[in-house]
This record gives sequence, C-alpha cells and structure tokens, in this order.
Amino acid sequence: MPVYYTSIIAEHNQTRQSCSFFDVSHLGEFHVKGPGAFRFLQYRITNDMNKLKDGKIIYSLLCDEKGLTLDDILVYQNKPDDYYLIVNAGGIDRDFEAFHKYAPETVSLENQSGQMACVAIQGPKSEEILEKLFGFRLKELGYYRFKEERLKGEPVWVSRSGYTGEDGFEIFSSNALAGLVWDQLVSEGKKEGALPAGLGARNTLRLEAGNVLYGNDLDTTTTPLEAGLGWAVALDKEGGFVGRDMLLVQKEKGLKRRLVGFKMLDKPIAREHYPIYKEGKKAGVVTSGSYGPTAGCNIGMGYVAKGAETPGTSIEIEIHGKLVKAEVVALPFVAKKHKKG
Amino acid sequence: MPDTSKLRYAETHEWVNLQGNIATVGITDHAQKEISDVVFVELPKLDRAVKQKESAMIIESVKAAFDIYAPLSGKIIKVNDKLGQRPELVNRSPYEEGWLFQIECSNPKDFESLLTESQYNSAKESAH
Repeated sequence: MPVYYTSIIAEHNQTRQSCSFFDVSHLGEFHVKGPGAFRFLQYRITNDMNKLKDGKIIYSLLCDEKGLTLDDILVYQNKPDDYYLIVNAGGIDRDFEAFHKYAPETVSLENQSGQMACVAIQGPKSEEILEKLFGFRLKELGYYRFKEERLKGEPVWVSRSGYTGEDGFEIFSSNALAGLVWDQLVSEGKKEGALPAGLGARNTLRLEAGNVLYGNDLDTTTTPLEAGLGWAVALDKEGGFVGRDMLLVQKEKGLKRRLVGFKMLDKPIAREHYPIYKEGKKAGVVTSGSYGPTAGCNIGMGYVAKGAETPGTSIEIEIHGKLVKAEVVALPFVAKKHKKG
Repeated sequence: MPDTSKLRYAETHEWVNLQGNIATVGITDHAQKEISDVVFVELPKLDRAVKQKESAMIIESVKAAFDIYAPLSGKIIKVNDKLGQRPELVNRSPYEEGWLFQIECSNPKDFESLLTESQYNSAKESAH
C-alpha cells in the first residue's frame, strides 16, 4: 500500500465524508482449528473467548510470559473450535511461534497469510457501495460481526470492522479474488463516491479515532494495561492466560505510566520518540503524532508518568530543540461512528 | 510561473532564483509532491547567517518533518510570512506564492556551481 495516491488529507477527508478502500493484504491470517482450539486460545490470548459466538469477532492482545505485548489481534469465530486470527504484518513469524509454542497436538495452526488478502472499505457510504457493486447483504450485519458472501462462486468473508473510526467493512478472500474486488472498486467506485486511500490516511484516521498502532503505541516494552487496553484483558478468566500473573502484579502495584492522547497548543507536530516534559521534568515519550485533518489541530499519543495522565494536564514536547506546549486530552480525538449492535 | 530553466537547483530539491546578490529560495514541484500536504513551516530567523548545505528551516507535512537546506551561503534577509497562515502555498504554488526565504549571498558565484534544470531533472530521475 502506498503512503498516498493523491494526498493524505484528501484521502482522509474522503473516508470521513464518503468512502475509501485500502489494500490491507499485508495483514496476517492464521487458521486455528480442532478439538481444544477454544481452550488453547483462551489460555494464549488476553481477552475472554467466551465473548465469542459464531460470526462474531473480538479484539485481543497477545502477551509474552512477562505480560509484555507481542501483538494486537482479532479473533473471528467461524464455529466452536474453528477460528481465524488476524495479526499485524510485522508480527506474522513471531506470533506464529508464540502460538505454536502453546498449541496442543489436537489443534492445527495454519499460517494462511500468503494465500489470503484483505481489502478494507471504510466510511459512511461503505454499506451502500458494497451492496450495490457486489450484491452483498450487509444491513443486518452488526459491528464486529462477519458473514460469508460469495463472489464469482468463491466464498469471501465480510466483516463490519476497521481501523478508521468510521463505519466500514473488511473483505477477506483469496489473493486472486481480492485483486478482482480491488479492480472493481477502482473502476466502478468513483461514480459511487469511493476512492483508493493509502497508509498515510489510514494512520491519521486511526490516530484521530484513538486506535493504537502496534510498533508505535504498543510493543514488547509495554503492557496492555499501560496502553489503556485493560478492557481487552480478562484478568479474572478461569484458568488464567499467558502473562496474567505479571499483569496482575502491575495492576495491584499501580501503573507507573499510561498511554494518553495530547493536543498541541502551538504549531509544530510532535512525532514518535520526541520527549515529553511536565513542569520542566522529563515525563514521557511520544509514540504517534500527526496533523489531524478532522480534529483540525496537531494531535498525538504518548506514554506519560503517573500524575500527568489526567486530561487537562499541561505538558511540553521537545520539537526540533524547543519545548512546545501541549495538553493531555481524552481519547478519541474524533468520535467513532461504528454501527451499534 | 517563473521560467524554471533560469533557476538553479540543489540536489536536496531547493530551487534558487538569483537577482544580483539576492537569492530567492523555494522547493521544487517534485519535492512538494514527495513531501505532500504541508501543514507547518518553521521559517528561518531574519539576519541569521547560513552556510551552503546547512539546514535553514523545517517543513512539516502530514507525512513527516523535512529539513530545507540553504543552497547558498549568506544572510537571511526576508522570509515568506504568508506561509505562517497558509503553509499549503508550498504545495499549490511552489515557484511563486510558496517561495520560502531570501539570502543575501556572500559568494553569489556559487550559483553557477548549482545544478541546471536539465541536470536537476536527470538527477531526480536517477534517484528513483
């Protein structure tokens, strides 16, 4: 996926106002199947697998034994003991190893990343455009649900999901079919209000929506609790999970730092790795930063020490050798517009 | 639009228009496309002495922050204040309204050592 096709801001606005499609085939897909698959995943990931049912999706973290974050993933339940995991591109090999290490012999774990592709269609007009161009029936499909549809006689999975904070869908299919979906969106999408968008807009959209990016806001030095993802960590689930004990200790001791959103009060953009100060003292580090086209100002996320995490706190960020004023704000920067249910 | 064949260019994608010993500097159309949506420019301070190839200012786009280098040595005598309110002029009009700063050159002859338009065009092609 290129950084942009025309302009990051134009593609960002296109997504918020109408519809954009993104080639996200870089995502990895694992198929986990067989007797004991539920129990295996329940122990391996942080979220509670009991929240799933057929056709439902959950977000989860994958932690190591120390409770540090190896990846953030999605779990799609096809049937009991039959799941698809969607993982980040950078983590495919490491994640596969991390799952494999705990997989019992009765469970097959297959990396299908090479054969599967994904096109994300995001924005308020997504449902209408997909129904019209591909004949899908999506009105009844709730947020974080998926269903099988058919294209050219081949099955594809369509989920109501995405990373932009807008209503939207992700279509998982074979590589060949994804090519056809993409070409059809390119040739017929324009007159319906859909245009291709790149990595740059995907980043500004997700940042405004307050969605973390693995590798920036979350990595093997941070825990899900510090990243504010405690809602996807079922500390009390039966049988525990890999990393739980360390996370429990961290929770009981109290978090020393937290991932927060901030808004720049002066012009420059704070970018990843820039140091954060509070009252002249080093208080943290920026993990993501950009101009927010919908927010209309420069925004970012970063880790700050305990005491600086409350919205309204004044901070400074060192940019090109100068301290620039910023303010901690509640996430998201732009309200999410996901379909209810 | 100025006659771009009369301008000289730095390998770092700045253009220079020399009148007497005053050099007007901006970034090329190729550079503005690469940088994409400019959202902030940190212009150099007036009277600052700059050396050829030294970072003179920063352009921020949605994508990243980019250093802009002084193509000639001298003193900054004027900056394009309009860019404070309208940084997008760098994208819309890189050779006219989106100019960046003027240098009073200490050694105007260095202009001749900069790239000509055809040299710049072939240099940027080969960089791809």
